Amino acid sequence: MSEDKYIRCKNITKTYHGRTGPKEALKDVSFEINRGENIGILGHNGAGKSTLIRILSGSEKQSSGSIDRKMSLSWPLAFHGGFHSSLTGVDNVKFLSRVYQVDFKETLEFVRDFSELGKDLREPFKAYSSGMMAKLAFSLTLAIDFDCLLVDEVLSVGDAKFQQKCHDYIGDKLQDRSLILVSHHPDVIRNYCDKACILHQGHMFETEDIDRAYHDYDGLVNEYFKKQN
Amino acid sequence: MYNTLYGAIKVQLIVIYSLFMRETITRYGRENIGFLWLLGEPLLFTSGIAIAWSVAGAAHGHAIGVVEFAITGYSSVLLWRNCINRATNGLQQNLDLLVHRRISEFDVIVARSLLEIVGATMSFTLLSVFLSMLSILKLPLDLGEVMFGWILLAWTSITLALMLGAVSEMSEMIEKIIHVTTYLLFPLSGAVFMVDWLTPSFAKVVLFIPMVNELEMIREGWYGVDAVKACYDVQYVLDFNIITTLLGLVLIRKIAGKVERK
Repeated sequence: MSEDKYIRCKNITKTYHGRTGPKEALKDVSFEINRGENIGILGHNGAGKSTLIRILSGSEKQSSGSIDRKMSLSWPLAFHGGFHSSLTGVDNVKFLSRVYQVDFKETLEFVRDFSELGKDLREPFKAYSSGMMAKLAFSLTLAIDFDCLLVDEVLSVGDAKFQQKCHDYIGDKLQDRSLILVSHHPDVIRNYCDKACILHQGHMFETEDIDRAYHDYDGLVNEYFKKQN
Repeated sequence: MYNTLYGAIKVQLIVIYSLFMRETITRYGRENIGFLWLLGEPLLFTSGIAIAWSVAGAAHGHAIGVVEFAITGYSSVLLWRNCINRATNGLQQNLDLLVHRRISEFDVIVARSLLEIVGATMSFTLLSVFLSMLSILKLPLDLGEVMFGWILLAWTSITLALMLGAVSEMSEMIEKIIHVTTYLLFPLSGAVFMVDWLTPSFAKVVLFIPMVNELEMIREGWYGVDAVKACYDVQYVLDFNIITTLLGLVLIRKIAGKVERK
């Protein structure tokens, strides 16, 4: 069962053509994730983390390389995007229930329950704080039941209680689901993931030791680049 | 789901339907007053034109009903103009939704155009029936021809929306030009004249505008062949629509995944 559920990326590169000339956001990134695995991708701001997540989700196209998606992937859960800003939380849930072909009533019930947003679900999305956005986005992706969640930072916001709730839910109920989580907070990754990668200036490499990534990030990066040369 | 053609088409239809329903909320609001305006706007315009022309006697010499003339003209403008206007910033307004892999730029523009087509068709129909019940207007003689012209016009509108929606993302300059052009097109699109009233050389030029041909069909169907002399070229309209449809598909594909916030 688990063998036929995977995502495999081979030699992904992404080049943006900005005003100052081409900029390579991702350089030859390859990795694989199987069902049930949680991968954390650690990197500084601008390392290419969000780009990678968007490319994985399919909302953006890579410049070269291939992605073989044998799991259903969520959209990138980030601080921006995914929801229509003028619609209320409920209308957004209704819209996305339609798009992803899940029952609206059940989905809303789950979201209401899990997010604890209460009356705020009737407010327009643009009035949400980043914590509220994260709650809505996270609850909805759990309700839609994707094989693999793509999370861009948002697990590091929200109150401690909600964070604990997400953590418990992922640990308990999502054993057979996958999680790809990017963050520049190593502790978030250590919390959720059994495997960590470092993304540095578009290069990605795996690290055996999440704790080391936490304490000695620069040392790890230097070691990797030394080996490469 | 994606792996079969049938599955892919089904997902696409579901997405377009979802976007259509979503657009109704932001377009007309949750209160019903928004939907009323769908009828109010053309009603006011048609009344204005009809009164102005009756007073000025503008339709004199052309023995056709002024109200029918105004309603066919304005409804047509409403259809193509709204499709174009709603397409040129449509992607920007739905940018946050494009992160969903299932939702494409094509789906957004098509859903928005369909909503305008439904709106314009409803207002055209309801207003005609309403005014005919008040004996202010006579219903069409040949409904089939009116519908044929209207469908061709809707097709033109949706392909223009696709094309212009895509190009307006490519450059801000083009977006501005599109807005100016739609204003200029209004008097040229046949809303205020029959081609037969024009000089032959001018008639030749305006018949390159597909909307003019389509409106001539609609009016021929409405008044009957004995009452008006309509000029149109169905083959030209079909050619135009097919070519612009292909062009629209190519352009929208070209900008796929590249739309940036302005």
